[in-house]
Amino acid sequence: MTSETSSSSNPYDHLPSFDPEDPPPVVSPEREELLRRYYPDYRPDRKTTLRVGPNKGEVIPDEIASILESRSLLGSTAMSALPEVPDTEVDLLVIGGGGAGIMASIFAQQAGAKVLLTTKLRVGDSNTVMAEGGIQVALGDDDSPVRHFKDAYRGGHFTGEPELLSVLVREGPDVIAWLVKKGVLFDRDPSGNLSLRKGGGTSRPRLISAKDYTGLEIVRVLKEDLMNSGVSIWEFSPAVELLQGPEGSCAGAILRDVDNGTLKWVKANAVLLATGGTGRLHIGDFATSNHFGATGDGLVMAYRMGAKLLNMESFQYHPTGVIYPSEMAGMLITEAVRGAGARMFNRFGKRFVPELETRDVVAAAIIRECEEGRGVRTPSGHHGVYLDLTSIDREMGEGTVEKRFPNIVKLMGKHQVDCTKQPILVYPTLHYQNGGIASDVSGHTSIPGLYVAGEASGGVHGKNRLMGNSLLEVFVYGRRVGLISADEARNRKPFSWHEVSLGHVERFHRELDREFPGTPLSEAPVLFPDYRKHSHHASS
Amino acid sequence: MIQVWINGKEWQVPEGLTMIQAMWHTGHEVIHGIGCLGGVCGACAAVYRMPGNFHLYNALACQTLVKEGMSFSLIASYPTQRAHYDIETIPDAKEGLFELYPESATCRNCNACTEVCPQGIDVRTSVWQAAFGDFKGVAETTMSCVMCGLCVSRCIAEMAPHEIALYARRAYGSRELPFPENLRQRIEAVESGTFDKELERLAQLSPDQLKTECGVK
Repeated sequence: MTSETSSSSNPYDHLPSFDPEDPPPVVSPEREELLRRYYPDYRPDRKTTLRVGPNKGEVIPDEIASILESRSLLGSTAMSALPEVPDTEVDLLVIGGGGAGIMASIFAQQAGAKVLLTTKLRVGDSNTVMAEGGIQVALGDDDSPVRHFKDAYRGGHFTGEPELLSVLVREGPDVIAWLVKKGVLFDRDPSGNLSLRKGGGTSRPRLISAKDYTGLEIVRVLKEDLMNSGVSIWEFSPAVELLQGPEGSCAGAILRDVDNGTLKWVKANAVLLATGGTGRLHIGDFATSNHFGATGDGLVMAYRMGAKLLNMESFQYHPTGVIYPSEMAGMLITEAVRGAGARMFNRFGKRFVPELETRDVVAAAIIRECEEGRGVRTPSGHHGVYLDLTSIDREMGEGTVEKRFPNIVKLMGKHQVDCTKQPILVYPTLHYQNGGIASDVSGHTSIPGLYVAGEASGGVHGKNRLMGNSLLEVFVYGRRVGLISADEARNRKPFSWHEVSLGHVERFHRELDREFPGTPLSEAPVLFPDYRKHSHHASS
Repeated sequence: MIQVWINGKEWQVPEGLTMIQAMWHTGHEVIHGIGCLGGVCGACAAVYRMPGNFHLYNALACQTLVKEGMSFSLIASYPTQRAHYDIETIPDAKEGLFELYPESATCRNCNACTEVCPQGIDVRTSVWQAAFGDFKGVAETTMSCVMCGLCVSRCIAEMAPHEIALYARRAYGSRELPFPENLRQRIEAVESGTFDKELERLAQLSPDQLKTECGVK
C-alpha cells in the first residue's frame, strides 16, 4: 500500500503493485446508484433551471444555461443595419467544417446545389479529426444492423430515438463503402476484410479503425475532396447569428470574419448547423478532449430562433482523459486500449470496475475512487487512477501497443511517459454532447429551413453514447441531411431579402429583459475559449 | 520562471507549459495556428531555436514544452499547391502522380523533410516510395502525417511531400487494395432488405417493449 504522496512529488515515484484480480461486476441497483451519486449529469450541483426559450423549465448545467440565456454578440447598431443586399446568396449554407459539415457540403454540391461552407477555424479542425478508436459498423458474421441497433439503444439507457438509430445502423455500411472507395485506409485483417474490434457496451466486435488515427485518416481524405468539389469555403468566419425569413423560417446567417471583424450577410434557402459540441465550455470545470472551437455556437443561435433542444442535461465524460502531466490534461486515451486488454487500478493497485462497462459507469467509478480517497494525487492537486497498457503487450504479444496505438505512444512519449512500460494517470474528461438540437431522420429542426447534423444534434445516442457511434452518425447524417437539405433548398418558395430580419433575436432579448431585469447576461456564441484570463497556470 | 522568446519578443513564463499555453499565459490570442490541441490536426506547426546551438528545430506547438532560452514562432500556414483530381476515375493511378505532381520525381536526397517532421516520419523515403510506385509503402510510412506542411518549408526541390503522400495513400486504398469482402456482403444484405422488416418492427414498438427486446446483450 502506498501512502498519500506529497503535493510536489512525481506520481510515478511510488507505483503500487497491480493486482490482476477481476473487479466486481456492476449490477442493478448498485449500477443506478453509482451513476446517480457520481456521474456529473445526475448530480444536483452546478445546475440551472432555464427561464427563457423553448426548453424553459428544464434543468441543465450552468455553463450551457449561460450560453443559452445570453445576448447577441451584435450590438444594437448592427442589429438594425441590415444591408441593402446580402453579401452572397446560396441554396445551402453549411455552418461548421468538421466531419458532418464536410460530408453534407460534398453531397449537396454533387446534387447540384450552390453550397457555402463556413467555419471558425480551418476546414477539418473539429472533433472528428481527433477521433481515435473507430467507427461502429456491423460487419461480423454473427453481427447485424439489428444487433447494432439493440446495443446502441441499450447503451443509451433506452433513451435514444429509435427512428434515428434505425437509419444510422441501416445506412452505416454504405457510407463506409463510400469512404473506402475514396481511399480511406481502414485496418484490414489478413484476408482483406475490415478488421473488427471490441468497444465498451457492445455485444459483438464492431469497430473499424485506422490504428488510433481513425479521424485523422478520414479527414485528410475528405478535406481534399471538399477542396476539389467546387463548394465555396470561408475559413476563420464563424456564424454569429441566424437570419429569420417568412413565417419564422430560417433564411441565412451572419458570419464574422475573425481577421478583420467585418460581418458577412448570407441569404440561404437552407442552413445546416454542423457546429459540433461544447467541450470547451468546461462544464463542471472538467478538462476536455475537444478541439479549440467546441463552444456550442449552433445551440445558441438555434435556441434564439426557437429550435427545441433535446437531452441538454446529458454529456459524456470519457473515462480516460490524461490527468498528469498537467499540460496534457483532458487529452483522450481511446477506449480501444481497454478493448485490447488495458486495465485500470486505484492507488492501492486494485481494479475497481469492469473496464468495458459503458462509459458513464466507468467514469462514475473513477470519480468514486478519487472522491473516496483511493485516487492517485498529482502534483497540481488533482486525482486520477492508473490505466495500464502493459497487460496488452503481455497478453497479445510484445509490440502490440506500439503497433495498434502509435499515436498514444508518440504523444505520451513527448511528455516523458512510456506507456508501453508505465501506466497512464487518467480521470474523466468532458468528451461529447449527448443531447443537442432536436431533429427528425431528415435533419429537420423545429424551424423550417434550419437543419442539423452531427454532434450538434440530439437524439441518436439518448443519454449515453457508445464508442464509435458518433463517428458513424457524422458520416451517415452528414451525407443524408446534406442531400435532403440541398433538395428542399432548391424547391423552397422564393422569398426576398426584404422579408429577412433579426426579429427573432429582438424577441429573445425582450424575453430575457422580462425574465432577468437588471441582470447582466453573458454574450454568445462564445466562438473561442479564452485561456488568457483563467489559465490555471496564470497564478502559479 | 523561465525566459522564452515568442515571435522574437522576450517573456517570463512558468515551466511546464506547452508553446501554446505559454502564448496564452503571456496574453496572446491564438486563432491562426490552433486547432485540436491534441497533436493531430497539424494547425500549430512551429519553428524554434535553443541558445548556444545553431540548429533550427520544428515542433507542434500544442505538444511541445517550452524550455529555458527557447525562441519560437508559429508557422500557421505554409503556401502549398494542391492537385485537383478524382481518385476513383483517374485513368492510371501511378502515372497520375507524375501528371499531378511532376516535381515528385525530383528529390535531391537532402533529407531535410525527414529531419523537420514533428511526427518523426521518414518523409524522404515516402517521396521515393511514391516515385517508384510503392504506394503501399507510402501508406505505411506516412500513416501518422498531420498535414502540417513543415516538410514543404524545407524542401529544396520545392515539392509538397505531404500532399504527394496523401495522393499515394488514397490511390493505394481506392485503386490497389481489393474492396473488403465483409463490407461488400453486408451491403448486399442491407440492400436486399434482409434487415428492414426487423428494424421496422423495432421502430414500431412501445418504449417498454423495446426496452425488453434490447435489454439483454
